[in-house]
Amino acid sequence: MDTVKSTFTDTTAAPEGAALSGERTVKVNKSGFNKQNLAGWLMAFPAFSLITLFLVIPFLLAFILSFTNQRLMSPNETEWVGLDNFQDMLGLSTFVLEPERDVSGAVVVEDGETQFPRLRQFTRNNPDYPNLDGKRRWLTLPWFNDSQFVVLASDVVFMKALVNTVLFVSIVAPTQAFIALLLALMINQKLRGVNVFRAIYFMPVVISIVVISFLWRFIYDGENGLLNSLLQFVTFGAFKPVDWLGNPDTALGSIMAMSIWQAVGFHMVIWLSGLQTIPKELYEAATQLGANGWQTFRYVTWPGLRNTAILVMVVITMQAFALFAQVDVMTRGGPLDSTQTLVYQAVQRGYGKQDIAGGSALSVVLFVFVLAISLFQRYLTREKN
Amino acid sequence: MTNTFSKQQSASAMKRIALAAMAASVSCSAVATETLSLWYHGAGNPAEMEVLGSIISDFNASQNDWAVEIQSFPQNSYNSSIVAAGLSDNLPDILDVDAPVMPNWAWSGYLAPLDIQEDQLAGFLPGTIGRYEGELYSIGFWDAAVAMFARRSVLEKHNIRIPTLESPWTKDEFNSALANLDASGDFKYPLDLGMASTGEWYSYAFGPFLHSFGGDLMDPSVPTAEGVLNGSAGIEFGEWWQMLFEQEWTPGTSQDGGDRETGFLNGDYALQWNGNWAAPAALAQFGDDLLLLPAPDMGEGSFIGSGSWQFAVTKSSDKQEGANAFIQFALKDKYVAAFSNTTGLIPATESAATMTSDYAAGGDLEVFYELSNEQARNRVITPGYGVASLEFEKALRDLANGADVADTLDAATDAINDDLEKNNGYR
Repeated sequence: MDTVKSTFTDTTAAPEGAALSGERTVKVNKSGFNKQNLAGWLMAFPAFSLITLFLVIPFLLAFILSFTNQRLMSPNETEWVGLDNFQDMLGLSTFVLEPERDVSGAVVVEDGETQFPRLRQFTRNNPDYPNLDGKRRWLTLPWFNDSQFVVLASDVVFMKALVNTVLFVSIVAPTQAFIALLLALMINQKLRGVNVFRAIYFMPVVISIVVISFLWRFIYDGENGLLNSLLQFVTFGAFKPVDWLGNPDTALGSIMAMSIWQAVGFHMVIWLSGLQTIPKELYEAATQLGANGWQTFRYVTWPGLRNTAILVMVVITMQAFALFAQVDVMTRGGPLDSTQTLVYQAVQRGYGKQDIAGGSALSVVLFVFVLAISLFQRYLTREKN
Repeated sequence: MTNTFSKQQSASAMKRIALAAMAASVSCSAVATETLSLWYHGAGNPAEMEVLGSIISDFNASQNDWAVEIQSFPQNSYNSSIVAAGLSDNLPDILDVDAPVMPNWAWSGYLAPLDIQEDQLAGFLPGTIGRYEGELYSIGFWDAAVAMFARRSVLEKHNIRIPTLESPWTKDEFNSALANLDASGDFKYPLDLGMASTGEWYSYAFGPFLHSFGGDLMDPSVPTAEGVLNGSAGIEFGEWWQMLFEQEWTPGTSQDGGDRETGFLNGDYALQWNGNWAAPAALAQFGDDLLLLPAPDMGEGSFIGSGSWQFAVTKSSDKQEGANAFIQFALKDKYVAAFSNTTGLIPATESAATMTSDYAAGGDLEVFYELSNEQARNRVITPGYGVASLEFEKALRDLANGADVADTLDAATDAINDDLEKNNGYR
């Protein structure tokens, strides 16, 4: 009975949700190592060993190294430093900065701006404020009595990278998924020459991201760039050229736009595969029932794309968190840290500054962060029975 | 700990293999020629490889004990190849190293001091001699120098004094020259610093400005960057630097690499801070009108950076004697001159300079030899240079984009000091 049952579940266990909701005993039996699934294990062996060698082991190493002071090259011995790397990265303090006052106690104002003492008086070698030592201004908020509420971080660059990465993911993931779906819907029609469009949309995915980044650097060029020329042409010269990558306000947005364009074709293909699994009969039935285009999409297409949507969102989110090549080629984290990202910083630290421990600690933080988000996505998209 | 263990293990394994190989070779032939491996960063530069190739074949033909075999790498991945080889204990016998990186490799235990007598170094440009902690670790066949590229006709038209090595522009003179050129409206920018470049260019080309103000990346004797990079001289430098961009006297960090190449040649930029490698193109364009001027003196002297690629012997090599023999052989004037003639770089010795066409007396680029000899100053000699240089680059970029001067230099100082602390002061 048991074996029969397990073969039964084996053949029908395709959707992951079904496997998870299956009986525990069956599951243990199924994934264990036995005669029936020996071939399966053998088939999986090359992939498992490669994943172990290049993903699992490096990650475990990164986890261990993040608690040491390991360098890329150094004659000094590696030592355990506990949580130092994490403290140096995540440390935060707050401080209320009082404005400068004259003898009468009135606030000093010059050129319409309230004058504040320099923060470095408090953060640099000041024994009265040991908790601020070495920290830098990250955020400033107006506070009571003309003072400023300052959030200081041990590692402002990390904080900026974190914010930029989250911003990048939260804008790129939905936008890219949505545009990819639109493209897939448009292309999923039996029209002459639709394959040409399919190839065109997919082309950026096949070209190396480094090459694309170089090309877009020319497009975004502040003086003679294609984008500026185009906008000037369209607006009959009214448009004032923007230094897209040289301006802290536009740099990250420019990288977002280019990244969305680059990978949208890949997700279009995934959506397309989802669209083509929806049985034609459902559309025929919908037509017969007199459903309009939106109703067909809402009640036939979208429910049929449920699993595809989960896949696309998870994949885009993870890809977006790994933002590196565009930044490395186009802006190197600048201007003024406006395009710093976590992965770029991990590479900068581990490799550029030869601080393997610091880079590992950052990677561990990124891992925990992405894991949390994936679990949350998983929770949101769970089967609700 | 594990690292040392595996090193010993593999070293002993290597010895065993070497013994076996020696036994085998002894039984086959009486005279054994041992192979010396040489790694070089010049892949993709055929002219340079050809000169080096001819030196190697001359050396191999001159004796029977050693045979040098070259393996070349693209410059971009050269340093990482060395680090990877160092980590896996696979370093060659001879390698070339960029001068400011040398102390780090020496400290890391990759390099052995060279067995070259002091009198053999007489006549070498100071920037070509790589010393760390009192030991000679590397020696270069050439140096590079930067100069302020200008045109005589432009300076005369705008009544700007032509500076000399003896009396370079002062800070005020330089600033007013830039203001003057800017006001004329003849140029897109009065000055081009080369912000399109990335990486080492920043420390190499702009570090000397900081030094001319009286600051530096760090004081390696303590070691600390506090008060050196972010001291009053550093802040004065930072304010001057930021002013260049606020006044829009020079293109910012988003400058296109193509504009850097052509901007001075086609007259968009009045002055250009550039290296000797760019001089041939400018000479071809402007001929006698071209001026190669010394760095402005910001108060503490007029300086340029020095130190280019140099040759060194690895500590792990069991054929150091042969490796040193090759380097000594290659230091002959004729080879130094041959390198200069093909690469256009500054020959390391004056006697070799007379054998070249560009750097001999009256040669087109002779001025660079003078600049190198008079003004050149090594980048700060410390194993922590790599991190300091990265932080300096970031600070200069941030300042160019309008970041607060003192805070930015403080941040760079802290990052450099953190690195010093993490490495136990590089001791």
